[in-house]
Amino acid sequence: MRIMKSWGFYAGKQLLRMLLLMGAVSMVTFFLMKASPVDPLQANVGQAALGTMSQEQVEKLRAYWGTDLPPVQQYVSWAKDFVQGEMGTSLLYRRPVESVIGEKLENSLFLLFFAWVFSGILGITLGVLAGMYRGSILDKGIKGYCILIAATPAFWLALLLLLFFGVWLKVLPIGFSVPIGMEAADVTFFDRMRHAILPILTLSFTGVSNITLHTREKMIDIMESDYMLFARARGETTWEMFWNHGFRNVLLPALTLQFASISEIFGGSVLVEQVFSYPGMGQAAVAAGLGSDLPLLMAVTMISALFVFGGNLTADLLYHIVDPRIRRSKAAL
Amino acid sequence: MRETVLEIAHLQISFTQYSRGMRRVELPVIRDLDVEVKEGEMVAVVGSSGSGKSLLAHGVLGILPYNASMKGNILYRGEPLSAERVQRLRGREIVLVPQSLSYLDPLRKVGWQIRRGRKEERVRKKLRELFRRYHLEEAVEEQYPFELSGGMSRRILVSTAMMEEPRLVIADEPTPGLDLKLAKRVMEHFRELADQGAGVLVITHDLELALETADKVVIFYAGTTVEEALCSDFTAEESLRHPYTKALWRALPQHGFQALEGNQPYVKDLPPGCPFFPRCPLRSEACREEVPYRRVRGGRVRCCAFFESPNKEI
Repeated sequence: MRIMKSWGFYAGKQLLRMLLLMGAVSMVTFFLMKASPVDPLQANVGQAALGTMSQEQVEKLRAYWGTDLPPVQQYVSWAKDFVQGEMGTSLLYRRPVESVIGEKLENSLFLLFFAWVFSGILGITLGVLAGMYRGSILDKGIKGYCILIAATPAFWLALLLLLFFGVWLKVLPIGFSVPIGMEAADVTFFDRMRHAILPILTLSFTGVSNITLHTREKMIDIMESDYMLFARARGETTWEMFWNHGFRNVLLPALTLQFASISEIFGGSVLVEQVFSYPGMGQAAVAAGLGSDLPLLMAVTMISALFVFGGNLTADLLYHIVDPRIRRSKAAL
Repeated sequence: MRETVLEIAHLQISFTQYSRGMRRVELPVIRDLDVEVKEGEMVAVVGSSGSGKSLLAHGVLGILPYNASMKGNILYRGEPLSAERVQRLRGREIVLVPQSLSYLDPLRKVGWQIRRGRKEERVRKKLRELFRRYHLEEAVEEQYPFELSGGMSRRILVSTAMMEEPRLVIADEPTPGLDLKLAKRVMEHFRELADQGAGVLVITHDLELALETADKVVIFYAGTTVEEALCSDFTAEESLRHPYTKALWRALPQHGFQALEGNQPYVKDLPPGCPFFPRCPLRSEACREEVPYRRVRGGRVRCCAFFESPNKEI
C-alpha cells in the first residue's frame, strides 16, 4: 500500500515536472521566434508574390494566419490547440503538422536509435577497458581518441566521412534517406540502412567520447574501491572481479548517462541531418526555423523536449528499479 | 611443537610519492616489522591509528597499491610467500577479514558474497551453519550490505573468512566504531578461530581489547615493531621490556591513565636509529644507531637501554 502510494506520488511529481518543462520550452521557443527578423509572410509566400499583392490582400492574409494578433494572444491560442492535440498546419509543407512530424520522426528515430545503441555499446566497452587498464597503452589510446573526438564538430566529421565514403570511394550514398528517383514502394530496408550508415557513424563516433570518458572515470573509482581490493584478497582474478562486481557497479551509472545523453544525440542530429540532407526532425527544425514556420517548429521543439525528458526520466527510473539502495528504502521516492 | 604459520622479518613497505618539483620521494610507512604467528595462536599487532598497520595486511596478501613497494622476508608455513604463491593461497588458506562494510560489493546480496557465488549444497549448508553460529537470521542472506547494522556487519565479515578453511586469518582493525560489548564479542570470534587451529593476526589500535583475547601482543611504533610480549607480561610493568610499552601500560585506565608526552613522529621526519628516541626517558647516544630486535624472556624487544643494563629497573 505504502509503495503504491509513493509510486503515485512519484508519478505525479514527474508529470508536474514534465508540464512545467513543456510550458517553459514552448514559451521560450515561441517568443524567440517572435523576436526573429524572418517574416513568416515573406518567407512562405515569397518576396515576389507578396510584391504583387495589394496592401489589403496582405492584411487579409496576415489576419488569416493570425500574425497580426499580439504575441501573447497568439501563444495562448497555439497552446490551447496544442493541448487538445491540434498542432496546426505547417506553412512550409502546407500539410497538417502531425503528418509532417510523423514522417520526419520515423526517419530520425531510425537514425537516432542505431546511433544511440552503437555509441552506448562502444562507449561503455571502451570506458570499461580504459578504466580497468588505467595507464596502459590501450587506455592512452582510448583517452586520446575521446579527447580528439570531443574537440571535433559533428558536422565536420560528417563532411569528412561524406567525402571519404561518398565521394572518393563511392561505396555509400552522399545523402537522403532513400535512393533518388525510386518509388517509395520499392524502397527496401537495405536501401534505408545504406543511406543511414554515414549519419549513424557520425553520431556514434561523436557520441562515444562523453560516455567513454565518464565510464572510464567510474571504472577507475570502482577499481580503487575497497570491495575490489577485498575481491582480490579473496583470490578473484581480474576477470572474475570485473564480472562479479565491476560490471554491475559500472553499468548503472553508465546506463544512466546513456539515457541522459539522448539529448546530445538529438542535438547532434540537427547538424548531421543537414549535412547528409537526411529528411529527419533535425532538418525539419532547421527548415522551420529559417522559414519562420512557427507551427512546425513548435511541434518539433515539443517532441524533442519530450524525448529528452523521457530519457532523463528513464535514467532516474532505472536507478529506482535497479539500485537496491534506492529500491529498498521507502524514503527515496 | 606447533607449526609457525606466518613469519615476517624486516618487513619494509614504502610509498613512492612525487613532491614539489616532481622529485621522487620514498615514504617508508613500515620500516622494520617482525611478527610470528603459530598455529592456534592469536597475535595482535597494536599501534596507534593512522600508523600504516593496515598495509601489513595488504602486504602479506600481495594486494598493495601500485605505488607501494615491499622488502623483507615473509615465510608462510616455512616457505617464502612469493607473489605467485600468495595469489594461489589468498581467499583459501590465507584470508582477510576487512575493516568495514565498504569491502563488500554494494550491489550484491550478502549471502552471495559470502558464498562467493558458489551454489553447491555443501557451500549453502556451511553458510547456514555459520549464520546459526553467529546468530544471524537466514533472511540476512538476501539483504544488501547497506541494510546491515554495525554489529551484524562484523559477523558477516568474519563469516566470509570462515567459509573457507583458513590456516591464517588476518583481521584488519575489526573493532572500531563498536561499543565495548560488541567489540569484545568480535574479538572472541577471532579467539575461536585460533582455538580451532588457525593462526590469527589481528591488527588493532586497542591494546586493552587485545590483551583480553590474544596470546601475544606486538607493539608497533612509527613503522617499527618495538616489542613482542605475551599478554601475561602485561600483569606487571616490570615484566614488560620497551619503554614505549611501559608508557602504554601506564596509560591504561587501571594503571593510572597517564599519557606520554609528545606524539609519534611522522615517517618523513623520523630520526635515524630508534624511532622512540625523542620521547624516551632512557635515551643515550647508542640509540642513534640501528637497534637490533632481540629475544628476551619469551618475547622480543628493540631497545639498546634494555641490553646495556638488563637488570636495571627501566
